Amino acid sequence: MKIYGYRLPAMSSLILWGILWEVVGQTGVTFFVPPLSDVLVTLYSMIGTTSFTRALTETGYAFIISIFIAITIGIPVGILMGRSRLLDELLLPWVNVFLSAPLTALVPVLMVLFGFGMKAIVITTTLFAIWIIILNSRAGVRQINRSLVEMAHSFGASPVDAFFKIYFWAALPEILGGVRIGTIRAVKGIIIGQLLISIVGFGALFELYSANFLMSHFWAVLIVLFALAFSISEFLAFLERKVAYYAAKR
Amino acid sequence: MSQIKEVVAPQSPAPDDIAVSARNITKNYGDVEALKDLTLEFPRGQLTSLLGPSGCGKTTLLKIIAGLLQPTSGNIEVNGKPVTGPGPNRAFVFQDFALLPWASVMRNVAFGLELRGVAKSEREDVAAKYIGDVGLAGFEKSYPHELSGGMRQRVGLARALAVDAKVLLMDEPFSAVDEQTRRKFQEDLLSLVENENKTFIFVTHSIEEAVYVSDQIAILLPRPSRVSEIIRPSGFRNKGADSIRRDSEYLDIVDNIWASLRNYVE
Repeated sequence: MKIYGYRLPAMSSLILWGILWEVVGQTGVTFFVPPLSDVLVTLYSMIGTTSFTRALTETGYAFIISIFIAITIGIPVGILMGRSRLLDELLLPWVNVFLSAPLTALVPVLMVLFGFGMKAIVITTTLFAIWIIILNSRAGVRQINRSLVEMAHSFGASPVDAFFKIYFWAALPEILGGVRIGTIRAVKGIIIGQLLISIVGFGALFELYSANFLMSHFWAVLIVLFALAFSISEFLAFLERKVAYYAAKR
Repeated sequence: MSQIKEVVAPQSPAPDDIAVSARNITKNYGDVEALKDLTLEFPRGQLTSLLGPSGCGKTTLLKIIAGLLQPTSGNIEVNGKPVTGPGPNRAFVFQDFALLPWASVMRNVAFGLELRGVAKSEREDVAAKYIGDVGLAGFEKSYPHELSGGMRQRVGLARALAVDAKVLLMDEPFSAVDEQTRRKFQEDLLSLVENENKTFIFVTHSIEEAVYVSDQIAILLPRPSRVSEIIRPSGFRNKGADSIRRDSEYLDIVDNIWASLRNYVE
């Protein structure tokens, strides 16, 4: 956006909302919204404390494992579903059910099945992320230009070559889109897991701060979480833009 | 019209001179007969056009020759060997170019060789030569979306030439490029047929294009799909690219083909 010919940097609207937050906080209308400056001071003092570092590592560890599982299973399954009619008929209903199902309601079942530890949290997070990755990879493969497939076939591509040299790359824009949305859903999943399954990581901090009405701590953790999710999502969006030059011309 | 042969039983040149032969090809899609008992021979080192109205099965026949489709019955032989699938003795040029949009011109042209496991430096040497031959020197690092339609088809042509297949299958290769580029392509194709010792099978729906570039034109008609006529223009082929379009034999053949096709055009 441009104002008086001056180009505003991206996200500059956040400054406006920050100011509004500060003003509302300073008026003291509700304990629920402390001034932004207080939150930032709390955030600064929190970083480096053991409880914060522990929350960050616990959460980050579970998050990375979950995303890794979701990607390594989700992308091949999606590609295979896009290629094989049989697999598609078999799996698509389930993918759609789980994509729209309220996964939070499934968490108690997962606890029964996988216990109260890290395993259940990782599985919950994976379940939040994986379906949209599968669906997007499938969509990406399905829109591949038929003649590209014929081209690979006519020049003698083996199935493995065709998979890695054609299908994967042709579907990459959609796959990256799926991974980006899946990652954002995983952030939601991991906090729900940490709140419902075992009180660890950022979930534990949320629980602790909101139970004790430490609102500026609460908001500080939320800002950290938002910043993390936002940077991951922006990084993936950056990768998506890298392949956008051919996304429209396949 | 002595130069137009009505073909009842196709006159066969010596078997050595036949690069590709299609025998009794039938192809059904469910209840639809795309091709019915089609027999046709393609002389070595020459360009044969498959010409006909849409729905006559010319692209189907080309894809069967390529090994991309299996005939319901009948068989294809290339240099005396039956075709069971795609093979290195045939290369395909696609109507919509079928380039990898994420790969440079160099990688696209070398892609056929890449799939055959040719080492990178070697295949890029070969590709560079053919990129030069089709007139794209200097564009090696460009991507397909940066090229015009005509240039993209030159990439597709270079890719097919780079694998050095003896038979080149072209599926309406010039139909997606503009008229002026198409004329240039047609002239280039004539010298390609002359200089490369390859057999060309060329699908087109343009009568003028078929007569202009072909040594042999097979007219395919639908319902049921069959070869109705084989025409071998003889008089103007050596007169040079510039004078073909003014040659009276060229004009007569174009008129005659139109006369036999017009009833089939909706």
